[in-house]
Amino acid sequence: MDRQVNETSVPSNTRPGKSTAKYPAKYSAFSLIKHGLAKSDWPRAWREHDLKKTYDVVIIGAGIHGLATAYYLATNHGITNIAIVDKGYVGGGGSGRNTSIVRSNYLTPEGVRFYNRSVHLYQDLSADLNFNIMFGQMGHLTLAHNDSSLRTMRWRAEVNKLEGIDSEVIGPDDIKQIVPYMDTSTNTRYPIVGALFHPPGGTVRHDAVNWGYARGADVRGCEIHQNTEVLGITTIGDEVTGVTTNRGQISTKIVVNCTAGWASLINAMVGLKMPIVTHPLQAAVTEPVKKFLNTVVVSGSLHVYVSQTDRGELVFGASTDPYASYSMRGSLEFTEELAGHVLELIPSIAKMRVLRQWAGLCDMTPDFSPIMGFTPVKGYVVDVGWGTYGFKAGPVSGEAMAQLIATQRVPDIISTFDFARFAEGRLVGEKGAAAVGH
Amino acid sequence: MIVVPCPWCGDRNSMEFRAAGESKKRPDVNTATPEQWRTYLYTKSNLADWVTETWYHRAGCRRYFAIERHTVTNEIRTSRLPAAQIRLDESKGS
Repeated sequence: MDRQVNETSVPSNTRPGKSTAKYPAKYSAFSLIKHGLAKSDWPRAWREHDLKKTYDVVIIGAGIHGLATAYYLATNHGITNIAIVDKGYVGGGGSGRNTSIVRSNYLTPEGVRFYNRSVHLYQDLSADLNFNIMFGQMGHLTLAHNDSSLRTMRWRAEVNKLEGIDSEVIGPDDIKQIVPYMDTSTNTRYPIVGALFHPPGGTVRHDAVNWGYARGADVRGCEIHQNTEVLGITTIGDEVTGVTTNRGQISTKIVVNCTAGWASLINAMVGLKMPIVTHPLQAAVTEPVKKFLNTVVVSGSLHVYVSQTDRGELVFGASTDPYASYSMRGSLEFTEELAGHVLELIPSIAKMRVLRQWAGLCDMTPDFSPIMGFTPVKGYVVDVGWGTYGFKAGPVSGEAMAQLIATQRVPDIISTFDFARFAEGRLVGEKGAAAVGH
Repeated sequence: MIVVPCPWCGDRNSMEFRAAGESKKRPDVNTATPEQWRTYLYTKSNLADWVTETWYHRAGCRRYFAIERHTVTNEIRTSRLPAAQIRLDESKGS
């Protein structure tokens, strides 16, 4: 718990985080045995508070981005007078609805550097948070079904290698070795011609990341306010002065928008419009079976990604629904299309049953890159536009946003993701994103 | 599933359509400043409310038309007007 996170990114003028690790008790093998023998209840992982009148920073959205921002503000920069407000519960939005894939084999150098930092943070996160996030670096396969997508894979592999990331293009025979159940024959509608193989990619238990960050932020003095809906943001001139919630008024100089799918609604409170359209993204999970799939398999052309959890369920995701919506209902079209595409790849799972399906909201930007940083409204900073890649970017976004808020300077790692890029014509064009069909 | 009422083909499954997004008035290309043009191209209201949108019936009559849809419930309160007609009305009104 006391370990200093990522020393390289901590500016020299900031204090190391205060740690009050006594509450809640630190998790360990000893505490597990103790609680197991005594059969006593575990203490709650984070506390509830009355809303104070003033905070240094108010973060809207208690998902992975909001919680990570609070956590790194506390650990790396010593800022702990923070309220994280959410109209629902911790991790109830995209943070608990994603398909939990982590990878860094993107296409643009800035994207690759950014997501790679996140992979590195994820690797140490269980120890940093004293919470097992179950990061399994099982490898990640992105399939190519035609020449043009194979060309994009080669391009991505070269960009990745230049950034020092393990990533290479492999052929159907190698794919068959990695995933024996995959139909790599040429007797299919969309034969597999190759794949981008990314060994450091894998999956994480997303709830554990939310809870771990929530607990880590709480233990350092940040306050998590669930069921606290932001109704408005008060400004004087072009400067933020506070936040109106359903539990009362808070005054603050800094408001952070970490609301992903609902980002436009919060932006509208300060009169900002951004190039964001909210699309639902559906996912589904099957009944559990014995482990047979040891990598994450993605196909851009067939719009599907599959991984198998430690419990044995297959988790499927697809591309976003083709219209803007805030509805989180599933649709039969999705399940039908998904089943068809998955069976095209792995025909032997035809008899497996889908247990449930759900949807999350994706705040899509035109260049598949986030919008992070300052805005024309002083004190109002955004960490939005997370589309289909918000979960894998959680730790690095939190770290970068914390640095931005504490130092009031934009860190290099997110400098190309600024809001001004649309006005200045500097779009990032991240065609390595999952939502992009190849 | 959304059932989209096409003004020409009647109620059809949304899979037959392409949602072209929020209906917006296109600025005059001769007089628009780069600022206005970029605002037109990129910024979206993205409301959680009733919105007027342009849809294209790609697997049907292949025509553009406008609908009013609630983005939270996906309920459609159709105006059954082609998008061009709405733009015409707007330009008359402004």
